[in-house]
Amino acid sequence: MSTNSKLYLFVIAFLIAIFAFYNYLVYSSNGYVAVEKLSPMAVKGQQLFQNNRCWSCHQLYGLGGYLGPDLTNVYSDEDKGPLYFKAFLNSGVKSMPKFNFSEEEKDVLVEYMKQVDETGIYPNYDAEIEATGWVKLKYQNEE
Amino acid sequence: MKNKAPIYFLLFAIIVFFLGMFFGMIASFQYLLPEFLKEYLPFSKLRPFHVTSVISWIVLCATGSIYFFLTYVEKFKLFSPLLVKLHFIIFLLTGIAIYFSFAFDYTEGREYFAFKPILIVPILIGWILFGINYFKTLYKNVKGWPVYYWMWGTGIVFISYHLMEAHFWLLDFFRLNFIKDFAVQWKSTGSFTGSWNMLVYGISIYLMSKIKKDSDVARNKAAFFFYFLGLTNLMFGWAHHTYLLPTQPWIRYVAYAISMTEWIVLASIIYSWKRSVLKVEKENHPMAYRFLLATDFWIFLNIILALLFSIPAINFFTHGTHITVAHSMGTTIGINTTILFSALFFILHQLYPDFETDRKWVKRGFVSFNISLFFFWISLLIAGGKRSYWMYVSKSGLFSEMQDSLILYYISFFIFGIGIFVSLLIVAFPIFKAFFHKIKT
Repeated sequence: MSTNSKLYLFVIAFLIAIFAFYNYLVYSSNGYVAVEKLSPMAVKGQQLFQNNRCWSCHQLYGLGGYLGPDLTNVYSDEDKGPLYFKAFLNSGVKSMPKFNFSEEEKDVLVEYMKQVDETGIYPNYDAEIEATGWVKLKYQNEE
Repeated sequence: MKNKAPIYFLLFAIIVFFLGMFFGMIASFQYLLPEFLKEYLPFSKLRPFHVTSVISWIVLCATGSIYFFLTYVEKFKLFSPLLVKLHFIIFLLTGIAIYFSFAFDYTEGREYFAFKPILIVPILIGWILFGINYFKTLYKNVKGWPVYYWMWGTGIVFISYHLMEAHFWLLDFFRLNFIKDFAVQWKSTGSFTGSWNMLVYGISIYLMSKIKKDSDVARNKAAFFFYFLGLTNLMFGWAHHTYLLPTQPWIRYVAYAISMTEWIVLASIIYSWKRSVLKVEKENHPMAYRFLLATDFWIFLNIILALLFSIPAINFFTHGTHITVAHSMGTTIGINTTILFSALFFILHQLYPDFETDRKWVKRGFVSFNISLFFFWISLLIAGGKRSYWMYVSKSGLFSEMQDSLILYYISFFIFGIGIFVSLLIVAFPIFKAFFHKIKT
């Protein structure tokens, strides 16, 4: 093996070592805002959200599909809220198919939305844009 | 040609590519007519079919091309030809299982990996088999690897890791902490993309060195510098996808810093613009050469876009809009697909040296593909800009009203999407026919 190959192997080994440490930090890092862990009911809601591929059309924190609205703060939105959210589920509006969720299923989905809502804000209208190009986010429950 | 498995991979890739584009076209039509087929084939069903198929196109075509280059062009004796066949059979059967999983709503997974999570096991086994065969073959045959061998090896290892990471949500340790879970989900998909780029960009360097007949392209210091820069971005640059997620700020600081290193790539592209790497030997590979030129153009446009929205202040306004889609479509079609088509034409020339690849209709298809993609891309950028205006400036009107106001751009997106599909169908047809002929003989 040539000298260069040894050098390249060393660089890769070095990067992988940093990557491993970095992953450890990311995996053990909690969200910036201390919130309760997802409750068993919210986990069921999350699984229903996945099983029905809600992410195909809807976003959470701007991540997901583009056909429907972002749902990050639908729970606490003064114009929407849990009843509004529930009403949409089985009505089949526009491209949204009619789902046949039971009351229990609607409740767990609402619970999931409630707990997502508690984690933060999106879109974050009170964020501060700094001259360095950095954006200082406003966090949930922050004065 | 004794081992035809590479050609089977390539044929499989072409088939899923056109299926994926077909699903994408029907799905995009639902932006125009939301009620169209919605009770039978809702958007939420079509999207996983589309996304998984087009991702499969990239990884299968890259895999088939690498196997082909190793065995047919470099003439290495593979560590195990049997493992290649096994690899293909596993991917084929898993692919069929994934389509069944989508068709019958066994979709417990998440975006990009919506299928039943157990199916990630055979996919991982396939990648491990590929890795064993790859490293064992090269270790024995090559001293002093050119950069593309490093890139392919890195791609195989990191794809395997990030496919696993994309399923960490199955563990309560991740799942119960929503922000961490969501961050890791998007970390894995961002880095998964970086990993397949290692395979595809490695192919582009391989093609350049072969078409130009100059191995220095793949051995000089600059090539290795950009390889390590790409690897660093793959590992640490993912968090620009999640700037607006309330993760710990240091994660976002690191991503911002790392993402900005890509300005070096842009500067290098501009610097080397005039001294194109492909000036000789293009007569033997006219279409492979043309597709690599197109890659150059699309890299230039997309890297500017990516660099701009990696700045948090700009990302703040573009995140969650169609500008992100423009970037992902621009890179997967404009960069990945053009490199892979270049590889397909190169391979075609290896199999049939007298085959005339730059036929009139193929050249027309190539031109209309690029024109269609340009307008497709622009439509998404404008739609994204208008959505951002609705979100952050006007802040008025319902979501559905905003969507209705974008209808012109959705029509344009749909029409030019058909343009891309038809153009690539014209380009791919002779390749598919020739490959099909090869496996029959």
